[in-house]
Amino acid sequence: MSDAVPQSAPSRLVTGITAIGQSAINSRRRLARAVVYVGGMGYLLFDTLIWLSRGLVTRSFKFAWSALAGQMVRVGVRSIAIIVVVQTFIGIILALQLAPTLEAYGSLESIANIVGIAMFRELGPLLSAIVLSGFAGASIAAEIGAMVEAEEIKALRAHALDPIRFLVVPRLLATVIMLTGLSVLADVVGVGGGLMTSWLVLDIAPRKYLYFTQMALVYKDFFTGLVKAAVFGVLISTIACYEGLSVSGGAEGVGRATTSTVVKSIVALIATDCVFTAVFYVFEL
Amino acid sequence: MSGAGSEVLSQASPTSVISIRNLVKTFPDQEGRPLRVLDGITFDVDAGETLVVMGGSGCGKSTLLNCLIGELRPEAGRILYRTKTMTEPADLLTMDGHTLNELRKRFGILFQSGALFNSMTVAENVALPLVEHSYVDPSIIDIVVTLKLQQVRMLPHRDKMPSQLSGGQKKRAGLARATALDPEILFYDEPSAGLDPVTSAAIDELIIDLSKKLHVTSVVVTHEMDSAFRIADRMVMLDRGRVLMIGPRAEFERIRSTPPDRLENDDQKLIRQFLNGEAEGPLTDAEGTSEFEKWIIAG
Repeated sequence: MSDAVPQSAPSRLVTGITAIGQSAINSRRRLARAVVYVGGMGYLLFDTLIWLSRGLVTRSFKFAWSALAGQMVRVGVRSIAIIVVVQTFIGIILALQLAPTLEAYGSLESIANIVGIAMFRELGPLLSAIVLSGFAGASIAAEIGAMVEAEEIKALRAHALDPIRFLVVPRLLATVIMLTGLSVLADVVGVGGGLMTSWLVLDIAPRKYLYFTQMALVYKDFFTGLVKAAVFGVLISTIACYEGLSVSGGAEGVGRATTSTVVKSIVALIATDCVFTAVFYVFEL
Repeated sequence: MSGAGSEVLSQASPTSVISIRNLVKTFPDQEGRPLRVLDGITFDVDAGETLVVMGGSGCGKSTLLNCLIGELRPEAGRILYRTKTMTEPADLLTMDGHTLNELRKRFGILFQSGALFNSMTVAENVALPLVEHSYVDPSIIDIVVTLKLQQVRMLPHRDKMPSQLSGGQKKRAGLARATALDPEILFYDEPSAGLDPVTSAAIDELIIDLSKKLHVTSVVVTHEMDSAFRIADRMVMLDRGRVLMIGPRAEFERIRSTPPDRLENDDQKLIRQFLNGEAEGPLTDAEGTSEFEKWIIAG
């Protein structure tokens, strides 16, 4: 191999420019993928809403009420216990964390105000949604992904049945309805956790706690929480169904879809919550 | 009749239910370049016949089936259907969603895995197309489901979930579902794959039986030669996206039993190697496998 010409190492300048170029190409690819993903989700949601209106408004096909009921049980009813436990702990944690600071200012009773507003406006819908994304979102993605792999989706299309009408519509509707309901439950349970802690640990009478909670809360706190919960439900179910329908690569692909559903749902929920909070702040809602 | 309509008519054979013309489908290869998986496929499927589409792995037979059922969209060519409800042949590739769904109600498909809906019982699986596409009373649907399950000898298993069934039972239940709407055309994707020889033979008997009783046109994609020779009226051999040969079963039987040196051309030698499942011959030479093996042996 004596004829071989030794290759000189590329200069730092060349290496740097190459790295910048490669990074620009990768960023462009990532951006393109993100646009395709968001566009695909948007299209799925649009198609789902069209089917939903056809089923409920124009009644151009038989709406699968039994499928909706089944999904509501699966998404919502089975999540009740875990949401009760999580929100009770959150109420307890909030009360205990706030107590030293508020005691120093001589307004320990304000715990009721803060816990109430935090629960109804923020933590009730957001934490219920996060729990549901791990509990129901991952399960929806895995189920639909497994159906893709078992050719069940192909079989639906082959029988002239639209998978979106058949699978996505009941799951989206069930998630929205049940997350809205669970959010109300979470609000109540969270306040209950704060009340118990204040009563048993901080020596605030339950009646006094409830009075302060009642004084602090207004109707819009409750309704803004419900709006958030409904939108969070749309986000979780759309992401889960999209990830499930996009599965490829066998069992590994199904695993990727479930992980991706949970991660993307949590990021989307917190980002959307941030936007909601900013909008409500600007419009004083 | 419009110009486009008469052009479509002229391309379809008058006795055929499906006419495939110059079908081209490409997929990107590993470097992103277009790779022709179907390269100008042309043949007809006649009414009432059982046509077996065969070929080695990657020859394009599954892609062809997916194009025929509207699951994949080819880049070029025509797929003309002439069902009993049509006054003239219609091109699958120019149909709108509604027309495609109406056509899909005229054909049934048996998928490789059976593709039963796991959340439903066997009877619910068979009833689904009837529930969704007909407005008949549930008691009538129940009678039809019973008949369809009886036809494939699955009646004792009607209340079982798909997870409780064996591979052969899943295929039989899938077949009952595929025939639920009394289709004119039945597509079979590898009906014998993954089955033991006895179950495979039973499925073949069922395909022949259904074909005779229901007078359906059947398109069977398979690479199981014993099964193919049992059920076929005619056969199509695909190789690298092209139709290598189409003809009656007897012609393929002749090639199968003729020594290679007495065959007329290289295509027939290649078909013979495939039909007899021989490791050495023009098919593997074309893929480079034999050369590679020789190189390995030579060190």
